[in-house]
Amino acid sequence: MKPTTSLLKDLRHHSLFWPVVALLLIMLFNLLFTPGFFRLEIKDGHLFGSLVDILNRGAPLMLLAIGMTMVIATAGVDLSVGAIIAIAGAAAAVLINPALGRELVTSDKLIEDVTQTPLWLVILIPLIAATVCGLWNGILVSRANIQPMVATLVLMVAGRGIAQLITNGQIITIYYSPYFYIGGGYLFGLPFSLYIVAAVFLFAWYISRKTSVGLFVESVGTNASSSFYSGINEKNVKLLAYIFCGFCAGIAGLLISSNVKSADANNAGLWSELDAILAVVIGGTLMSGGRFSLVGSILGALIIQSMTTTIYAFGVPPEVVLVVKALVVLAVVLLYSELVKVSMDKLFEQKGVQP
Amino acid sequence: MKLSKVLLFIVALTTILSVIGCGAAAPAAPAEAPKEEAKAEAQPASSDKKTYEDLVVGYAQIGAESEWRTANTASIKEEAEKLGVELKFSDAQQKQENQIKAIRSFIAQQVDVIGVSPVVETGWETVFQEAKDAGIPVILVDRRAAVPEDLYATYLGSDFVEEGRRAGEAMDKVLEGKGKIVELVGTVGSAPANDRAKGFREYIADKPDMEIIASQSGDFTRAKGKEVMEAFLKSYGKDINALYAHNDDMAIGAIQAIEEYGLKPGEDIKIVSVDAVRGAFEAMIAGKLNCTVECNPLLGPQFYELALKVVNGEEVAKWVPSEEGVYYPEEAEALLPERKY
Repeated sequence: MKPTTSLLKDLRHHSLFWPVVALLLIMLFNLLFTPGFFRLEIKDGHLFGSLVDILNRGAPLMLLAIGMTMVIATAGVDLSVGAIIAIAGAAAAVLINPALGRELVTSDKLIEDVTQTPLWLVILIPLIAATVCGLWNGILVSRANIQPMVATLVLMVAGRGIAQLITNGQIITIYYSPYFYIGGGYLFGLPFSLYIVAAVFLFAWYISRKTSVGLFVESVGTNASSSFYSGINEKNVKLLAYIFCGFCAGIAGLLISSNVKSADANNAGLWSELDAILAVVIGGTLMSGGRFSLVGSILGALIIQSMTTTIYAFGVPPEVVLVVKALVVLAVVLLYSELVKVSMDKLFEQKGVQP
Repeated sequence: MKLSKVLLFIVALTTILSVIGCGAAAPAAPAEAPKEEAKAEAQPASSDKKTYEDLVVGYAQIGAESEWRTANTASIKEEAEKLGVELKFSDAQQKQENQIKAIRSFIAQQVDVIGVSPVVETGWETVFQEAKDAGIPVILVDRRAAVPEDLYATYLGSDFVEEGRRAGEAMDKVLEGKGKIVELVGTVGSAPANDRAKGFREYIADKPDMEIIASQSGDFTRAKGKEVMEAFLKSYGKDINALYAHNDDMAIGAIQAIEEYGLKPGEDIKIVSVDAVRGAFEAMIAGKLNCTVECNPLLGPQFYELALKVVNGEEVAKWVPSEEGVYYPEEAEALLPERKY
């Protein structure tokens, strides 16, 4: 009996236990109440169904969550990722079709399936712009020692303004079909965006688990000054975390603009910084920094996205959607609390002792 | 170290301010001086009735928060130039205090009439009263203010409920009175979303064969519109006969979702939306949208007509609905080049 109890306990105390449980509960709910949720079919040579939607829709959020995990692990936070998404999308759209401003180009010229800039530049320049945004955040936090929340707030506000300047306040529709592949294409039956997420995840995982960078990040997040005295350049560690976060947000921006085939400076990625932070927290990384879990953050992002898709599929009235979301989040976060942990331990241990 | 901190903070602040400043670089109407002279000459000739040439209008715009608003501003400015009206234009950057300041400065400059799109509904009594005491009529444009009726001359703006009803009528036409409809609602709680839903339901209330089977918010954006439509398709699939979207952008997002699902938008699923922006016309030309109900931002011509009437003491209704059309694909190709927004 004893080994099983301790196994259960180990399982319960594993950092990924609750995120997995939460995800399973959402899936169970769908199994019971949303007919056809798990139906997968092959359409046009690729998988098709709600589950694929969750992965595809969740891809930008997963990317944000990966970047945000690194930042939060250094005891920081990045509020500007939503704005960076808008900047990256806007830059890509303008590069493809520089139909700027109020001068209205005739429609036939606008809807041509051509790009004014080679595709690799259309991808590279927004990514560089996003990385520079991350660099800006990193400098403010690590060199100017401004509180992360305040420092990134600067770009959160200004970034949307920058994006609006790029698009001149218009929603730019993209007609260049090769660009759609990034966020809407399929490779070996799965959305192409998933491969991008996988690549970024593997990169982050390798850097943080197979090199000492992960250790540096955790140590800076736990205690920045003691890391400094142990010879870690804590400023550069922070700087790199923000740069990486900006880069991830840039990819997310490309995915989103490619998927909806347009760049909307006002609304692209709006409030997604909050979703990203939530995903990281649900995944078990503490806001106070230190130990972090990339897998947890991915799970967190999937939980948020499956919740959203479930709400749409289940047909919750729009007026109460936010309340339902809040309740689910509250329930998930409560599972983490010390209170629940202690009472669960008690519950299981008593049972373990009795027989 | 300290100095560098301060410096960086200043740099950050200037960045924000300059960006905000750039977004609103729409100062008062240029080249006012020459017109002033012309006015001075014209005044003695026309004794009582004013004409467009000697009309001075102050306009307190909300800001430039959307494409719709940009088109609205452009229309107000262009029309003033065309008619020869002297326009004093102020951009409030979405702040009520700026709008109030602008109105006060218009009063001080003794303009003939003040146009304003109130950014929020409440808190206008004092400043409108000041305008009234100064004998300057106020015209509300596009948005209402919660003030007693005697404080403003008239309200010029869209009737969102009517837009909903027209959308219902258009839906009735394209569906031939029968079908299951999914609805993409605008931002929950916003006036256009509430009223467009209401008007649509009013119209289809006595059509037993038209039924709304699902309704969900797409926040007026393409991305959300697409995401919600994907979920609708997964849940209801081929049962969906039609889509009613509260704005064109959500419809455009939904069109992509329908195509990816393997159905033909505009044929397998009929689509009716509201706004009539350029994108909607492009979609109609491609045969993917069946109808769009106009929500007209080009209020310039109507506004100055009203302003002149009000200044000359002519009778005007308390509410003048803006002139709006309903557009079908047949006329889209001809109309697209004329669309300004």
